[in-house]
Amino acid sequence: MEIKAVIIAVVLVVVIGFIAAAILSYASKVFAIEVDPTVSKIREELPGANCGGCGFAGCDDYANALGADHSLDCTKCVVGGPAVAAKIADILGVAAGTAEKQVAVVHCNGTTEAAKTVMAYQGINSCKAAKNVFGGMNACHYGCLGLGDCVEACQFDSIGIVDGVAMVNRDTCTACGACARACPNSLITVTPAKNIVFVRCSNEDLGKDAMAACLNACIGCGKCEKACKFDACHVENHLSHIDPDKCKNCGMCAKACPTHAIINLRLAALAKKRAEKAAEAKAEESKEAAV
Amino acid sequence: MATSLIVIIISMVLVNNYPLAQFLGICPFLGVSNDVESAKGMGIAVTFVMVVATAVTWPIMQLLYKLDLAYLQTLIFILVIAALVQLIEMFMKKSMPALYTALGVYLPLITTNCTVLGVCISNIDDGYNYIQSLTQAFGAGIGYLFAMMIMSNVRTRLVDQEDIPAPFRGVPIVLITAAILSLGFMGFNGLFS
Repeated sequence: MEIKAVIIAVVLVVVIGFIAAAILSYASKVFAIEVDPTVSKIREELPGANCGGCGFAGCDDYANALGADHSLDCTKCVVGGPAVAAKIADILGVAAGTAEKQVAVVHCNGTTEAAKTVMAYQGINSCKAAKNVFGGMNACHYGCLGLGDCVEACQFDSIGIVDGVAMVNRDTCTACGACARACPNSLITVTPAKNIVFVRCSNEDLGKDAMAACLNACIGCGKCEKACKFDACHVENHLSHIDPDKCKNCGMCAKACPTHAIINLRLAALAKKRAEKAAEAKAEESKEAAV
Repeated sequence: MATSLIVIIISMVLVNNYPLAQFLGICPFLGVSNDVESAKGMGIAVTFVMVVATAVTWPIMQLLYKLDLAYLQTLIFILVIAALVQLIEMFMKKSMPALYTALGVYLPLITTNCTVLGVCISNIDDGYNYIQSLTQAFGAGIGYLFAMMIMSNVRTRLVDQEDIPAPFRGVPIVLITAAILSLGFMGFNGLFS
């Protein structure tokens, strides 16, 4: 092939490319659309986790929705919390509602000691897969499978498996709800952080069967219902439920519960501190003894 | 002349229907056909792009023939069509935002849509003149719109999927629908001899 033909081909393609570029750059000015500057400002304030906790398809989507409709609730970002809500409210020029801090709560306490297993599961290391094998390896088919689908889903490293049960770090949890969606047994709910008394069981079997499957199970005895003075505690389907709106965190239900299926985090923290102190004292004692 | 143009249009709509008889442009055919309104929008957009692309590429092809560079056909056509679709996209974003959002990702996809390139190339291969080429492009677009409308109307009736056996629900039944439609269109083969 002659070199001339190559040059003509190259020149032709370059010329067509340049003409197209010129037309497009001119058109981009003629057809330019003014983008709402508030949207990009809001987008900058949002954390960019794209967790979907706000109910939109991501941070961009939420920012667009807020830009289009300023009356929209600007406190929906659970990751950013009140700080981000206040900033967005500032940009939009509206009063910020109170974005109550929420956290995820695991409704199961089927620890390795308490919950009985019916098989040695050796399949895929995922709760969803384990649940497909006769409902999982636990005798309790409602409980935590402990294989960490929620840990996988958490973008903030706030949930872990402790003693075979998922445990939420309430300080770092952003309440995005990713773990709740990942749990095949729907054990995790997102509740206001001020609620520190909750039922750590989801077993709806009769008391005897529940107890046979797990020592920490709620047996639906109804003692909590009687103990509660605020009409917050109710037993449905042999399982106690606490209404987070009515609960005043008094902890009477936790005290009444014979199987300790209801936990009062205030007491749990105290007990932990006491245990730590006891351990320290013991360590010091042994040190002294050694001296 | 006029009869030959009408024959071209009818043949493009029925006999050589792009998605159903020549299997070009299947991606948007399946992707956008779940809603009648957006199917209509997509069909109209494709028709529009086809006619404009033919109007631009046919003279360019004559230039390529003159320069003895016919082998650059595919490359230059893609370049021109891509730029053209970008231009149309900007225009739509400004003047028809509703249609722009309805088409979503499928409008940029027209850039790499084989129907548009296909009609441009088949105009050249068939040795049509300028008017015939534009007519064929218009006919192909109408055929595309026609197929999209049939498909989307069938699919909206498939939403209530109670009667469909479980393994066929969702995408499988759509593919089967497309296959049956395509079989139907094969019946038009030999309409013109």
